[in-house]
Amino acid sequence: MDAFLQNCLNGISIGSSYALIAIGYTMVYGILRLINFAHGDIFMMAGYFMIIAMTDLMLPWYVSVILVILATVLLGVFTEKLAYKPLRSAPRMSIMISAIGVSYLLQNLATYLFSALPKSYPTIGFLSQKIVIGNISTSLVTFITPILTILLVVGLVLLVNKTKVGMAMRAVSKDFETAQLMGIKINNVISMTFVIGSALAAIGSILYFTPRTQVYPLAGSLPGLKCFVAAVFGGIGSVPGALLGGFLIGLCETFIKAGRFSEFSDAFTFVILIVVLLFRPTGLFGEKISEKV
Amino acid sequence: MLKIDNLKVNYGGIEAVKGISFDVPDNSIVTLIGANGAGKSTTLRTIAGIVEASGGIITYDGEDILHKKTHEIVGTGITLVPEGRRVFPDLTVLENIKIGAYLRKDDLSDDIAMVYDLFPRLKERNWQLAGTLSGGEQQMLAVARALMAKPKLIMMDEPSLGLAPIVVQGIFDIIKEIHKQGVTILLIEQNANMALKIADMAYVLETGSITMSGTGKELLADERVKKAYLGT
Repeated sequence: MDAFLQNCLNGISIGSSYALIAIGYTMVYGILRLINFAHGDIFMMAGYFMIIAMTDLMLPWYVSVILVILATVLLGVFTEKLAYKPLRSAPRMSIMISAIGVSYLLQNLATYLFSALPKSYPTIGFLSQKIVIGNISTSLVTFITPILTILLVVGLVLLVNKTKVGMAMRAVSKDFETAQLMGIKINNVISMTFVIGSALAAIGSILYFTPRTQVYPLAGSLPGLKCFVAAVFGGIGSVPGALLGGFLIGLCETFIKAGRFSEFSDAFTFVILIVVLLFRPTGLFGEKISEKV
Repeated sequence: MLKIDNLKVNYGGIEAVKGISFDVPDNSIVTLIGANGAGKSTTLRTIAGIVEASGGIITYDGEDILHKKTHEIVGTGITLVPEGRRVFPDLTVLENIKIGAYLRKDDLSDDIAMVYDLFPRLKERNWQLAGTLSGGEQQMLAVARALMAKPKLIMMDEPSLGLAPIVVQGIFDIIKEIHKQGVTILLIEQNANMALKIADMAYVLETGSITMSGTGKELLADERVKKAYLGT
């Protein structure tokens, strides 16, 4: 029973950091209909930013966290302006290939700058504290991750549904041209989407790398793909869907690892992808494909 | 007022508009009529800044707007009610109305009351998603949304398209009502009969060129117009 609860907690915690990254995929898809394959690598770069800030520059953790979020946001927005914006009216395939290009570029850039050897991730003192609840012992980060994630998702859902900029986002996601006719600057709305997605990826990276203790240039690749699966599972385009998808992938993975099949845990994630695509391509909360003409 | 001078537009590799000139004086109703593919929609979309012109001049109140972006043009007081209504289907009726005033920073409550007064049907459906409205109601919503920007000039692209005749009559009554309140109207229509009846000035567009012009009454009486566009 204790092992079960422990696994639940671990699963929800890893699932939460997946959810934060999955939101980046889902929001960019909602607005641009683009699977941003570079998103996992932006998340990886955020890991290195933290190492630069805390290990190399020896800044305190709270300053580092802010710097990491800012740097990641800049990187995300910069990527969009440089690699996606010029392709705004190009076929969707071109912009997707551009995203794959950015992904490889970032991986190789990281190898060049930081070498391919894993670097150890700085410890944020209070996050690594052990806490004991009943018979379950865990570090504080495992406990904080889901709470922080849910707060962020609630904030984001309110932003999208209750504010003017959220209304503009929903309008742009449906119809670029008519949104422009309302006076909406669509490039600003798209940038805003990348700001939110990258900021959440930065927070996700801190929560993800703290318990894993090391970063390497391909560290964003597999988590990125898993989070993409989480976004598809929840229904791509849906923020609450990404949260639920992240939780479910995280839980499944943890339980499979805890059983005797740990070598299959990654394979299982992609089995989920195939099953979802076969039986429910729109995911749990995905938008209906049918469009009224 | 809006002044179009020798406007040329290439669209999809062909010259869709081949150097047309016309004026839209303040407080008038001007209509462009013509068959499908004559370049009517392209003309309006170019004025709104969605399509790029390849030549010519567009001025509004003496100011060049040809090279302005769409949101800047909306800011000068020109709005377009696009063809096929294009309401945002998963925003509510109220949100659709509010988004029309996106650039405004002042209080909207008076104007929301004003458009609900003009379109009581929309008020009943305040919280409904716009995608669930009927075609006529969506057209009303598209007009209401455009009015929320407090435009000086409204351009309407085929507002009667696909609507039942009784609904079309209602839409034209609304156009007249909006005009009475001091808004200038540039209307394009395939329903030439209705459009010419309310127009101060009318132009016939054929494959990208203006082939005839005159007051609405003159064109209604013109034999060639009757034959080609009125079917009488």
